[in-house]
Amino acid sequence: MWLFNSSVGKKVVMSVTGLALILFLTFHMTMNCVALFSAEGYEWICNFLGANWYAMVATIGLAILMVIHIVYAFWLTWTNRKARGAERYAVTARPKGVEFASRNMLVLGIIVFVGLFVHLFHFWSKMQLVELQGGEPAAGVELIRYTFSKWYNVLLYLIWFLALWFHLTHGFWSALQTIGFNNKKWYVRLKWISYIFVTLIMGGFATVLILFFCAEGLNWAIFPGLFQGLVG
Amino acid sequence: MDKNISFTLKVWRQRGPKEKGEFKSYYMEDIPGDTSFLEMLDILNEMLINRGEEPIVFDHDCREGICGMCSLYINGHPHGPATGATTCQIYMRRFHDGDIITVEPWRSAGFPVIRDLMVDRRAFDKIMAAGGYVSVNTGGVPDANAIPIPKEKADEAMDAAACIGCGACVAACKNGSAMLFVSAKVSQLALLPQGKVEAKRRVKAMLAKMDELGFGACTNTRACEAECPKCVSISNIARLNRQFIGAKFKD
Ligand code: HEM
Ligand code: SF4
Ligand code: FES
Repeated sequence: MWLFNSSVGKKVVMSVTGLALILFLTFHMTMNCVALFSAEGYEWICNFLGANWYAMVATIGLAILMVIHIVYAFWLTWTNRKARGAERYAVTARPKGVEFASRNMLVLGIIVFVGLFVHLFHFWSKMQLVELQGGEPAAGVELIRYTFSKWYNVLLYLIWFLALWFHLTHGFWSALQTIGFNNKKWYVRLKWISYIFVTLIMGGFATVLILFFCAEGLNWAIFPGLFQGLVG
Repeated sequence: MDKNISFTLKVWRQRGPKEKGEFKSYYMEDIPGDTSFLEMLDILNEMLINRGEEPIVFDHDCREGICGMCSLYINGHPHGPATGATTCQIYMRRFHDGDIITVEPWRSAGFPVIRDLMVDRRAFDKIMAAGGYVSVNTGGVPDANAIPIPKEKADEAMDAAACIGCGACVAACKNGSAMLFVSAKVSQLALLPQGKVEAKRRVKAMLAKMDELGFGACTNTRACEAECPKCVSISNIARLNRQFIGAKFKD
């Protein structure tokens, strides 16, 4: 089967799982932004995506995507290192046009993975997991307020977002190149789309985080009408 | 007239494929700037022979940038510091007095060292033999304009056909991938009506050969494109992927 035993096939799996994960992040970011404007709205989303069958199917699907992406990441990185050979160059130079992210996808991915566990511990384990065990899930907005009132959590998440930003600014156009959607004209466009789209997603996540932190610290009640979700 | 320069060459010496290699330093004195890099190595070899030492083995043939035989990884760049030029096309005026110039062979599992700076690039021949051709029944010579080909297509095919098969793309790639080479060889035919007929068979056979010979998978770092002496574009890799995936879905 070509998805297992050809180099391009393996990359297609990386690409398609990666794109699906990006799609998920896009939805996730959009939902987070709701918390800025309306606590009730966010609660409604939390209830809607509680421990019912469709949320469970989506969660399991997401976990499978993640596992496939990671397994292939290690597999590809390992075979690529083997292809490079045992002897390394004594002098290396980074040629023009080769970006940092493209050379460090595995390292960035591992940071993303570690961050993911911290995140699951902070939120998933107190919401969906509790509900699955028959308990009462924590209120989403309360949990956000609590978690991001701690400066170290904010810092940790920002580092996590930065790693994802690097992973995805390369990953997004790279995934399209891998499935063959690129040419000389589109290359420049795809690079721009990658940077703008990924900056919007990661910027969205970061904005929610920072606003909640500031609201807690400075008691941000200056725009109480606008950012209802922020203040208790 | 260019100035003369003196510098230290650090050259990889390795007696055979299985033997351990090491760097040896050679001091080069008063080399004129308009000496080509390979001429400079000729001068060094002359010196070594006169001293009764083994000359340095390196690949070369046309010495005008068209055959793809020269190689050499110079100061961290395949084909040296210039862009869009082969090793045989660079001149000592690019370097400075007192420089240390490190010269290594291509390093990749697919290209084992034969001796010193010479590597075995027959893997590329095997990939070509797997499908990098058009099987035609040769009849009379057809009229040149019997098959109309759009200008852009012809241009792109020509750009892909500029590949000289030197292997710098593999040497530059952190994954030891030969995708730029294979994609150029697939594209130069797939873009033209004569080559389209066998496109599916070709792309599958050449890629399977590349994988079989132990080259890596492309992670789109673009080092190949930056170091390619013929500036072959990674848009060819996108075309290769597109054709391969298309061919697999058709099966
Ligand atoms: C939300 C999480 C993630 C998203 C959205 C994501 C997305 C992507 C995308 C779109 C690509 C490009 C695929 C291509 O070049 O064809 C990619 C590549 C890659 N990812 Fe991820 N990724 C995520 C998490 C991870 C994790 C946790 C790891 C590893 C532990 C990882 C390791 C890699 C590696 C090594 C590559 C390069 C593979 C290659 O090009 O051969 N990623 N990722
Ligand atoms: S694609 Fe460029 S670097 Fe690779 S073999 Fe052809 S000419 Fe050499
Ligand atoms: S010797 Fe022919 S290309 Fe350099």
